[in-house]
Amino acid sequence: MNILIVDDETDVEILFRQKFRKEIKSGMMSLSFAFSGQEALDFLAQDNPPLVVYVFSDINMPGMTGLELLKKIKERYPQISVSMISAYGDSENYEKAIDSGAKEFFTKPIDFDFLKNEIQELVAKHKSNKQ
Amino acid sequence: MLSVTIISIILLYSLKRPFASITVSEEWKRLFNYGLWVAVGLIVLEWMPLPGFLDILVYLAKYLLVGAIVFVTLTFPELEHKKGMIYAWLPIIGISIITDIFSNLTPEFYKNWESYFKTGEAFAFIWAIAMWIINAKQKKNLERERIKSLEKEKELEITEELKKQLEKQVAARTAELLSQKNELETTLKELKSTQTQLIHAEKMASLGELTAGIAHEIQNPLNFVNNFSELSNELLEEMKEEIESGNYNIAKEIAEDISENLKKINHHGNRADSIVKGMLQHSRVNSGEKILTDLNALADEFMRLSYHGLRAKDKSFNADFKLELDPELPQVEVVSQDFGRLILNLVNNAFYAVHEKKLKLDKEAGGTSDFHPLVKITSTHLGDKIQIHVIDNGGGIPKSIIEKVFQPFFTTKPTGAGTGLGLSLSYDIVKAHGGEFTVESTEGEGTVFKIVLPMKGVR
Repeated sequence: MNILIVDDETDVEILFRQKFRKEIKSGMMSLSFAFSGQEALDFLAQDNPPLVVYVFSDINMPGMTGLELLKKIKERYPQISVSMISAYGDSENYEKAIDSGAKEFFTKPIDFDFLKNEIQELVAKHKSNKQ
Repeated sequence: MLSVTIISIILLYSLKRPFASITVSEEWKRLFNYGLWVAVGLIVLEWMPLPGFLDILVYLAKYLLVGAIVFVTLTFPELEHKKGMIYAWLPIIGISIITDIFSNLTPEFYKNWESYFKTGEAFAFIWAIAMWIINAKQKKNLERERIKSLEKEKELEITEELKKQLEKQVAARTAELLSQKNELETTLKELKSTQTQLIHAEKMASLGELTAGIAHEIQNPLNFVNNFSELSNELLEEMKEEIESGNYNIAKEIAEDISENLKKINHHGNRADSIVKGMLQHSRVNSGEKILTDLNALADEFMRLSYHGLRAKDKSFNADFKLELDPELPQVEVVSQDFGRLILNLVNNAFYAVHEKKLKLDKEAGGTSDFHPLVKITSTHLGDKIQIHVIDNGGGIPKSIIEKVFQPFFTTKPTGAGTGLGLSLSYDIVKAHGGEFTVESTEGEGTVFKIVLPMKGVR
């Protein structure tokens, strides 16, 4: 199961890779990273249909924002689940994200336990879908 | 023959009268009046039949009176102007007295020589008339002189009056000018303090705009610090487990990860630190001290602060930014907080411009246009100069106002959205560093603000 994480802060990659080291090692899932909205769209367009099943995107990015990315992903690949991560837990962003079809809305600093749960559930669902 | 007493009366009377412009004092007039009374008394006594010795006394009194008049007039300087008259009368007085004496004492002798006496009398009269004519002429001259001097005096008075008026006017004007000067000085002082306040207010306003950006810029590294430290803790637990299970290779790998994480913690800690320091520097009252500054780092820092500040303030705002910085750019001695402000001003303006254009185009497209708002900072090392461009692809500046953008208080932003001081202060900052600050803009295409700094002071 491939998960794509989109954030303009590149250190996010190290953080996620270490956080989910066990899961990655066990082959339960693989992580991909994109550092802008455009990069994420390019990455998704590489395979048809995309291998990615879940996208975590930061909202606050220069250029294309996470919300714009969310809209575009939902337009093109409605099957992919997208959750948003924001530094600001304000209701305006939250509502916009949910209205645009976001699955979850995380506020920074990310609660990794919650995120792990979310991903485990996803993996379980993914597995059952496959079976 | 005239009586000596009558002559006395004539003399006293004319002594009282003014000669041309000259008049005698009241005291003299009183004295002359007494003399007149005495003379009138003597005339009365002359007509009265008196015993011999009294008659002689009256005679003596007559001569004394006329003598006294002559003596007084010739002696006192106050009567100087009447001397001419006395000289005119003197022969007549003399002849009268001699005739008097001779006709009374030796009538025989007088009768024999009467013709001579008469001739003397005639000469005395001719003398008196000549003197009178001379006196009259003198009087006329004096009168003319007097009129002249009066005129002069009048002129002098007029001149004096004019002078006084002029002096008054000059004094009034001087006072007016002085008060105006004082007023101007006060105004200048007020203006100077207002300017300082305005500059400070502008600085604080841009700091206020920065707050959200700063919060974001600090929050981000802090999140990393927290995340990486938590993660390292977890990794340490894992490492312990692996060591206990004897998997030393895995433990070693984990240790390497932890070491990398600690580096990251350090890196992000420093990032937050430099932002706080930058903010403190920005808010400090300008010391004007030039310090060696990495303009690339400054550009990067303030670009981010501006971007995140605007993002935090307006959720609808978004734009892309790029930094094309010359890695060979030498450090320059500048007032770094001023330069930070300069970059912040330019970048804020640029973001504002691209955002406005985006809003306009989105509205026209009735949704989302494909306009890609972009703000770019480039730095270039050009021999003995450093060039910094702040480029945006916003709506551009109309030709009609491009000359005005550096003027204080000129703003196209709606009231309350801009002080109109940003570019004017930026201009002052560049000029204070001996640089050139220009703007090029194409309407509808975008704007480039160009800063060229001389390299003097570069180490």
